[in-house]
Amino acid sequence: MYAYDEIDRTLVNERVSEFRDQVKRRLSGELTEDEFKILRLQNGVYLQLHAYMFRVAIPYGTLATNQLRALAHVARKYDRGYGHFTTRQNIQFNWIKLAELPDALEDLAKVGIHAMQTSGNNMRNVTSDQWAGVAPGEIEDPRIWSELIRQHTTLHPEFSFLPRKFKIAITASDHDRAAIKVHDIGLRLIKNEKGETGFEVLVGGGLGRTPFIAKTIRHFVHGGDILSYIEAILRVYNQYGRRDNIYKARIKILVHELGIEKFSREVEEEWQHIRNSSLQIDDEVIEDIRSRFTYPAYEKLPYMPDELRQAAADPDFEAWRKNSVAPHKVQGYSIVTISLKPTGGPPGDATAEQMDALADLADRYSFGEIRVGHEQNLALPHVAKRDLPALWKALDKLGLATPNVNLITDIIACPGLDYCSLANARSIPIAQELTRRFANHELANLIGRLHINISGCINACGHHHVGHIGILGVEKNGEEVYQITIGGRADENAALGTLIGPGVKFDEVADVVEDIVEAYLALRERPEELFMDTVKRLGVEPFKERVYATR
Amino acid sequence: MTSPLEQKKIKIAGPSIVTANRTWDGIVVYRTAARSWSADLSEAAIVRNSDEAKALLAESVADDVGAIGPYIAPVQVGADGKIEPGNLREQIRRTGVTIGQSAQA
Repeated sequence: MYAYDEIDRTLVNERVSEFRDQVKRRLSGELTEDEFKILRLQNGVYLQLHAYMFRVAIPYGTLATNQLRALAHVARKYDRGYGHFTTRQNIQFNWIKLAELPDALEDLAKVGIHAMQTSGNNMRNVTSDQWAGVAPGEIEDPRIWSELIRQHTTLHPEFSFLPRKFKIAITASDHDRAAIKVHDIGLRLIKNEKGETGFEVLVGGGLGRTPFIAKTIRHFVHGGDILSYIEAILRVYNQYGRRDNIYKARIKILVHELGIEKFSREVEEEWQHIRNSSLQIDDEVIEDIRSRFTYPAYEKLPYMPDELRQAAADPDFEAWRKNSVAPHKVQGYSIVTISLKPTGGPPGDATAEQMDALADLADRYSFGEIRVGHEQNLALPHVAKRDLPALWKALDKLGLATPNVNLITDIIACPGLDYCSLANARSIPIAQELTRRFANHELANLIGRLHINISGCINACGHHHVGHIGILGVEKNGEEVYQITIGGRADENAALGTLIGPGVKFDEVADVVEDIVEAYLALRERPEELFMDTVKRLGVEPFKERVYATR
Repeated sequence: MTSPLEQKKIKIAGPSIVTANRTWDGIVVYRTAARSWSADLSEAAIVRNSDEAKALLAESVADDVGAIGPYIAPVQVGADGKIEPGNLREQIRRTGVTIGQSAQA
């Protein structure tokens, strides 16, 4: 956990007071909506179909139990009893009243939570690997650097009115769980040949209507230089990024149009001006941030405790353990992913009761810490293996032990037309139907790792471009139509999916996915060949033939 | 179903209304013939051509304190005068989410 200092607390509290005054002036008519809109957006307040939507930041996906309880409190007191975890380590409340928002913000501020820069054309929540600090083989905890960047970019006057929103993600593991290649800036923490910590810097990734995989702009930037290098990128973007066309305003378009070489030269030139400035970060600064992260006092525990050995005889426990439990860097401990993808449920939703109960479990079993991942699941990062059977039973009672992590029903989906004012088609009901079609866990395990991502419009909040199977809802002649892609992925080998053919109707989508899965099961050379490997080996044609042969 | 945020110009293909979200709490409201807002679609003022639509929209936009984001939306008017939403988007705005969970207070 990270402990905020007095500056952070003052900033957050002052922001609440400021927004309270802005809301008061808006409701009195002193501020018009045009004047107020940019102010509310800078505090995470959107207008959606049914109500205002309130997006709250969970920096680098780390929550303390008192913070999770505060989110439950907001869900219960100011909303309709649930929240929706997003693909960028935020939580959204869908039914909030503008008049009550300052009170909700004030309640969150008491535990150091805020909504600053969760919308608007500024630097958004800096995200990271939800297994940061506990993943085996990690270079070092990437949250230290996420926090550094968060501090530097929060309310940064030069970058509060960028051409468009700007997102940074950081990973420190070989396996990228932070989807850095589809971010405006992706940072991969590495060590150089001297053993110094630094970053491979990628730029220009993004999805939306014009998707791009990020390109490496520099293979190594020393950790002490990372702020100046990011600032150089932002300055080039701020200067040359298009403000005349919202659809061409993201940095990915600038990088694409200039070309990575020219863009890189512009950044290098700018960097030389600011590199040896106050932006250079001393080791002391990093160590100060590092010291504010507290790590559990782990016990010395056996690799295979008796409790785990005995529980292995229960097939239901084993089914959950195999998919939900990952190795921890400390012997005797595990990382437990909490699936927010129950059969028939909206992906990423959690009720206030679940949040409160999970906070209790985190206090009992995970040193009071919860993580939020971009796959719209939660995680308990420090669970002793001996506690896994008891934790599983408790999670099961809460409806939080669906054994489907990384399987076909572990679906990423945007809110879609059920909530979103931008959407053209529904996403959640498609996900719900798919979780029912593939509810048989034996079948899901037989299929193996397969990610389905669903977006309800071209803005791609459900990251459909990088789903192993991607589903994009569009509108055609007043009807919902869904385009299907396959072969996308969001990890270290990130790739964009390929469209397999004409769009299909709402009630055909689950059938099409079944066809694709059946084709895969028939085509794979051996059970260990994952869906993505089969697609890579054979291309999309066999799947296309299977889907459209009878349509 | 195209998002009204992408509406470029006002085209009326049939009976239409002006809808928005109430400022203080965000709920869906409809512009009435009495120059106010109602959460009840049956009280919405119906317009049937572009000029009427423009006038109703202009009046709605002017009421900036009452509601935000007004736009023109299609409706169907039955023989009995009953007003129904003209597309899925407006149907969802009227009756709530279609996901069968936590949809309504």
